[in-house]
Amino acid sequence: MKSNKAVYATAFAAAVSATAMVSATTASAQEAVKCYGVSMAGKNDCAAGAGTTCAGTSKVDYQGNAWTLVKEGTCETAEPVLADGTKVMLPEGKMGGLMALERDLPQG
Amino acid sequence: MTTQGLFRSALLDPSSDMPVTLTDGAGRPAGRRFSVYRNNVAVGLTEALIDGFPACHALLGDEMFRAMAGAFLRAHPPASPVMARFGEALPEFMDAAPQLSKMRWIGDVARLECALRQSYHAADGTPLSPEDLAAIPPEALGDTRFGLVPSVRVLLSDWPVLSIRRRALDPAAPQAQPGAEDVLILRPVYDPEPHLMTRGDLPFVESLRRGATLAEAAASAGDDYDPTRLLTLLMQSHALTAPES
Amino acid sequence: MTHAFLPAGAGVGYKPRHYAEIMSDPGPVRWLEIHAENYMGDGGRPIAQLRHLSERFPVSVHGVGLSIGGEGRLDPDHLARLKHLCDWLNPASFSEHLAWSTHDGAFLNDLLPLPYTAATLTRVADHIDEVQEVLGRRMLLENPSSYLAFAESEMSETDFLRDIAARTGCGLLLDVNNVFVSATNLGLSARDYVAAFPMDRVGEIHLGGYDEEEDDHGAPLLIDSHGREVADPVWALLDDVLARTGPAPLLIEWDNDVPDWPTLAAEAGRARDALVRAGERAAA
Repeated sequence: MKSNKAVYATAFAAAVSATAMVSATTASAQEAVKCYGVSMAGKNDCAAGAGTTCAGTSKVDYQGNAWTLVKEGTCETAEPVLADGTKVMLPEGKMGGLMALERDLPQG
Repeated sequence: MTTQGLFRSALLDPSSDMPVTLTDGAGRPAGRRFSVYRNNVAVGLTEALIDGFPACHALLGDEMFRAMAGAFLRAHPPASPVMARFGEALPEFMDAAPQLSKMRWIGDVARLECALRQSYHAADGTPLSPEDLAAIPPEALGDTRFGLVPSVRVLLSDWPVLSIRRRALDPAAPQAQPGAEDVLILRPVYDPEPHLMTRGDLPFVESLRRGATLAEAAASAGDDYDPTRLLTLLMQSHALTAPES
Repeated sequence: MTHAFLPAGAGVGYKPRHYAEIMSDPGPVRWLEIHAENYMGDGGRPIAQLRHLSERFPVSVHGVGLSIGGEGRLDPDHLARLKHLCDWLNPASFSEHLAWSTHDGAFLNDLLPLPYTAATLTRVADHIDEVQEVLGRRMLLENPSSYLAFAESEMSETDFLRDIAARTGCGLLLDVNNVFVSATNLGLSARDYVAAFPMDRVGEIHLGGYDEEEDDHGAPLLIDSHGREVADPVWALLDDVLARTGPAPLLIEWDNDVPDWPTLAAEAGRARDALVRAGERAAA
């Protein structure tokens, strides 16, 4: 166990000296501006989430409850295609899931 | 059922009839005029989920995500008008969805996105300053109870959740490698930043959150815990608060 | 600095992406409107930005989720969140909509329509009484944009709003685009609506852009999308309104496909010019 006092003192001394170097730049008043506060197509970590609107939309919801009709494994994302074009049913388990991810990253 | 009850049912269920007293102004049935409201509700809530879960949206693709969102918003319409909270039930919904059974890591990606959003909107804390720390004698550090600012979040995942998210949002990022990833979310000022932790780090952070002393927190940490690295990160990210005196 | 009232100038609906430009050069914009529900987090950048903005500009808090026309009681948690926001911000104005959005605990994220009946009148008036009492301030109620009508309606929207204002003492927010959208959609005259509107109650005016669709019979169906410039017939109708109200706080709402700042500022400049013309006419 790392519970001796010298460890805290050393660790904190290192932490403090590192912090002193960055604090002058991070506390700038420009922080309020730096990011927009909206999630710009996932390009940053602003993570504000959705804003509200009092407007309507002329976009159409075509989906309805359609997803309930999708059977397990019938959607493309759940049945990945390998680089050589073959389809695979992934084995149960996390690594299988991860492989699915690697072959289904969105293009562009 | 009340008028608004009928209206609500018809909004969310496209197969359900709209209330009969709705007209076009000339006494004819409202027809597709009612669809304006249906679209406003379904599209508006779907786009709120896209805003809140950009990595899940990228991973599923727009069509799949919108179909999933359509089912989710009908099963779990928001309980409050604060859209920043909408979607907190999405990770569990994704975990349980048979359509996503081959992507069982996706629920944790959604959890990470939820945690980032919670951190973004969390209350501001007063972080421990180097001067506060200097005022504590070194021999008293072990018995000191530091706190954490409210924006700190922790996520334990059996999946490489942080790498998956990074790659989803930035195709130039490295591919995720198999393995579990634990994530510590810190918000130095206003922007939450997810950090990859070792498994030993997180008990230390969780202990601090529960009000443990530094010595107790250190005793709870695992073998791969590096106190200098972790304390430097917590200090640099303004995550520690001064002990209550 | 607390601003006690909105100036009779141009304002815009605030979007975080415009923060730096607004703070450095607001151009014709003299006040800002925010949506209450976007500032109900506990802290972080949204609250910090709002605090900075409110030190420089009068701010109007515009609620979009209180469901004042709802059949059930007002959500006490939401009302408490509104009170908290109004208490710390002390905005120059608070407004909400003649609409409902929550039913049976589900928030539907849209401004849904109401039949204009005696029962609706009583319910809306009771809810406004409660809001004004909890917040300790007078509120403004906004006319909706309508896509359909209720067969059971017993009175016109203007009569309904006049009665509500008389019963509760609330002011009104006149959305000129909503007038044009509703009149077009329901085959009514926008000018008659303006002529019948209780202008002495108007504390703020809204303008926004609409999209054009068609209904099942090929009739125009305008969507209040706030996604583009204000349409020409709406500017013309605004002149009609300002001739009756005189200069008033005038807001450009652009919530979807939000443009860059110069485009939004130019639209606000057009609003400012309309106010200047109205002032000159009143003086002549």
